[in-house]
Amino acid sequence: MRHTLSVLVQNESGVLTKISGLFSGRGFNIESLTVAPTIDTDFSKVTIITTGDDKIIEQICKQLNRLINVIKVIDVTGTNIAERELVLIKISAKTDRSEILNIASMFNAKIVDFTKKYCTLEVMGDEKTVKSFVELLKPLGIKELVRSGKVAISLD
Amino acid sequence: MTDKTLSVQKAGIRTGAQIFMEALRKEGVKEIFGYPGGVILSIYDELYRCNDIKHFLVRHEQAAIHAAEGYARVTGKPGVALVTSGPGACNAVTGIANAYYDGYPIVVFTGQVDSRLIGNDAFQEADIVGITSPCCKHNFLVKNVKDLPRIIKEAFHIASTGKPGPVVVDMPKDVLDGKTEFKYPEKVDLPGYNPTYTGHPLQIQKALKYLYKAKAPVIIAGGGIIASNASNELTKLARSLHLPVANTLMGTGTFPGEDELSLGMMGMHGNYSANMAVSHCDVLLALGTRFSDRVTGKLEKFCPEAKIIHVDIDPCSISKNVPVDIPIVGDVKNVLIDMINEIDLNEVQKTLEKREIWLNQLKKWREVKPKLNINNEKMLPQIVIQKIFESIKGKDAVVTTEVGQHQMWAANLCKFNEPRRFVTSGGLGTMGFGFPAAMGAQIAYPERLVIDITGDGSFQMNLQELATCVNYKLPVKICVMNNGYLGMIKQLQDVLFNKNYSQCCITGPDFVKLAEAYGAKGIRVTKEEDIISAMHKAFEVDGPVIIDFVVAHEEDVYPWVLGGEPLHKILLNNPTGGV
Repeated sequence: MRHTLSVLVQNESGVLTKISGLFSGRGFNIESLTVAPTIDTDFSKVTIITTGDDKIIEQICKQLNRLINVIKVIDVTGTNIAERELVLIKISAKTDRSEILNIASMFNAKIVDFTKKYCTLEVMGDEKTVKSFVELLKPLGIKELVRSGKVAISLD
Repeated sequence: MTDKTLSVQKAGIRTGAQIFMEALRKEGVKEIFGYPGGVILSIYDELYRCNDIKHFLVRHEQAAIHAAEGYARVTGKPGVALVTSGPGACNAVTGIANAYYDGYPIVVFTGQVDSRLIGNDAFQEADIVGITSPCCKHNFLVKNVKDLPRIIKEAFHIASTGKPGPVVVDMPKDVLDGKTEFKYPEKVDLPGYNPTYTGHPLQIQKALKYLYKAKAPVIIAGGGIIASNASNELTKLARSLHLPVANTLMGTGTFPGEDELSLGMMGMHGNYSANMAVSHCDVLLALGTRFSDRVTGKLEKFCPEAKIIHVDIDPCSISKNVPVDIPIVGDVKNVLIDMINEIDLNEVQKTLEKREIWLNQLKKWREVKPKLNINNEKMLPQIVIQKIFESIKGKDAVVTTEVGQHQMWAANLCKFNEPRRFVTSGGLGTMGFGFPAAMGAQIAYPERLVIDITGDGSFQMNLQELATCVNYKLPVKICVMNNGYLGMIKQLQDVLFNKNYSQCCITGPDFVKLAEAYGAKGIRVTKEEDIISAMHKAFEVDGPVIIDFVVAHEEDVYPWVLGGEPLHKILLNNPTGGV
C-alpha cells in the first residue's frame, strides 16, 4: 500500500543523503520525495511517498526516527490531510489549440507559456486531479512532463 | 612558550587542534589510537607537547579502530581513534562498520582536506561522511572551528548513550588551524535524539504474567545486556523465576556460564541444549538482541509455539525479523530492575513446580554433544582451545578472537562467568579484528592477561600490529590455531560444495620466526601434553608472544545448523559421512 510520510528534520547538509541512503541501503521503495525549509529555517519538512506492507512501513518509520537529525516522523496516510502536487506539462502547439485550452480551463490549469511550437501548462491538485489531467492530455502529445512530488499538510 | 602564544591562550582563544585536545580532556580520554597524515599534523604537534593523553601509533588505520573498539568493549567507555583524510579514513571503514553492527561506542576523528578544496578531488580527499553514513550511528563534517567543541561533545554523547555505536567526526585542515574561544558545552541539545530508557510498566506486568504461567520458558541474553551492564539483574531474575538462559555470541559472559541454568550459546554453531530449548519453549524472553539470522535460523520456524517478549533499547530491532507478542522498548537494565521489583513472591513459589519436567528435559539435552575424532596425529583444535582456557582459569583474563572455526570453538567450548571478558566480532564477522582488539583491551587493563585466539588465516590480516605490541611492550598472547586452511570456508565446501576446496588452502610464514623478526617471542606447540606448559611459559614473558599451535585441518565445527534450516535441525556431525 502507498503511504505518505511527513518527516521533520534539522536543516543541515547531509540530512537528505542520510534519508535517501537509508531507503536505498535497506531496499525500501521511494516514489517521491520533497524537501524544503519550514517557517523556522532551522528545520525542513520532508514529504515521502513510499509503498510497502505494514511491517515495512513500520520499519521505515522506525529507521527514519533512528537518524539523529530526524526530529519527528508521522505516517499521515488516511488521516485528515490535504495533499498537493504541482505538474508542468509541455505540449506541441501544433495540435488542436482549443482542445488544450478546454482541458486547461476544466482543471483550472494555468498557461505558463504559449509559443508557435509549444504550450506549457501548470496544474496543481491532489493525486486524482493530476492523474486525470495528464491522461486527458496524453492523446495531444506530451513533449515533457515535470512533477514536483507531493506535499501534504494535516488539517487538524 | 613565547609571550605571544601565552597571551593568546590566556584569552581563551585556541586553535582547532588545541580545542580537539581540550575536548578530549573534558571527556576524560587518556588513550587514543591513531596514525598521522598531512591534514592532521597540527593535532600531532599538540600531541608532541602533551603529557596527559597517550597516543598509540598503530601500523594500519583499521587496527586503530579495532583497538579503540577493544578498549570500549572491556571498559564500557568510548574508545577514541584519530586518522588522516583519504586513505586513512577509508582504511578505518571496516573498523567503524564492525563497531556499528555490534553496538560498541567509539569516536573516530578523521582529518579532511581544507574545506575550500572539498569536492575538488584534492590530494587524499575522500567523502568519508558519505562513505560511513550507512555504517555509523552518526557522523559530522565540521565546517567551522566554532562548532568543534559542540560537535565533539555531541559525538561522545551519541556514541555512548542509547544503543551505543561509532560516531565519525570529519575535521577539515582549516578547521584545525582556525582559531576561536574555547568553551566546552555542559549539555547537548539534540531534539531528534531521545532514546527510551524506561520500559512501559503495563508491558512489564504483562511479561511477568507470561513468565509465571510458563511451563517451558527460556531467556535469550544478547549483547545489549553488556551495553547496559545488566548482568547482575539478569542473573537475579533468572534465578528467582527459574528461567534457563541461552546466550547469543554477543551475549557471551552475560550470565555465569557455569550456572546450572546456563544453556550456553545458541544459534548456527550453538549448543544442542540451547537450540533445542529455544525451539521448544512456550515463553521466550529475549533481552538486548536483534535476532540476527545467525541466531534464529529459519525465521518461519523460529520458536513456533512460544509467546515472545522482546526487550531492546532500539525500537528498530523489535518486530524487524521476529514478530513479537510483548514488545518492550527500554534500557534492558532498567526493565529488568522494574521486573524484579514487581515480582509476586506467591507466584515464585509455584514456578519451580511447573517447570520440573522442562528442567529435567534440559538436563538430558545438555548431555548431547558432538564427538571428537581422536584418530589424528596432529592436535585437535578443540582440545587446544579447551586447554588454553584451562591454563587461564582463575586468572584475571580477557579473551579475544578473530572470525572462523576457532571463534566458534572458543565461544562454544569455554565458559565465561563475567561480561566484558570475551571480545569477538559478531555482526560484521571481521577477520583480523581480534588481535588489534586485544591491544586495546591490554592498554585499557595493563595488569590483565589478554589472549587472542586466532587462526592462521585471520592472524595474517592484521599481523603488522606485532610491531605496535613490541613498541609499547603490550604482553598480548597470540594463540594461532595453525591448520594451513581457512577452516570455516573449508567446512562449508566440505558439506555444501562437494569437497571442492576452492582457494581455502592458505600458506603463511613460520610464526615463530615471524615473532622473532618483530622482536617478540615465538613458541611452537605440536603435542597435546605441551599445551599448558607452553601457555605458562608465554605468561612469564613480559611482552607479546605468538604460540603457534600446529593443529589438524580435518576438524569441522559442530553443532551446526545449516543456513536456512530451523534451529532444531541441528547437526552433530558431518551429514555427508566424511570427517
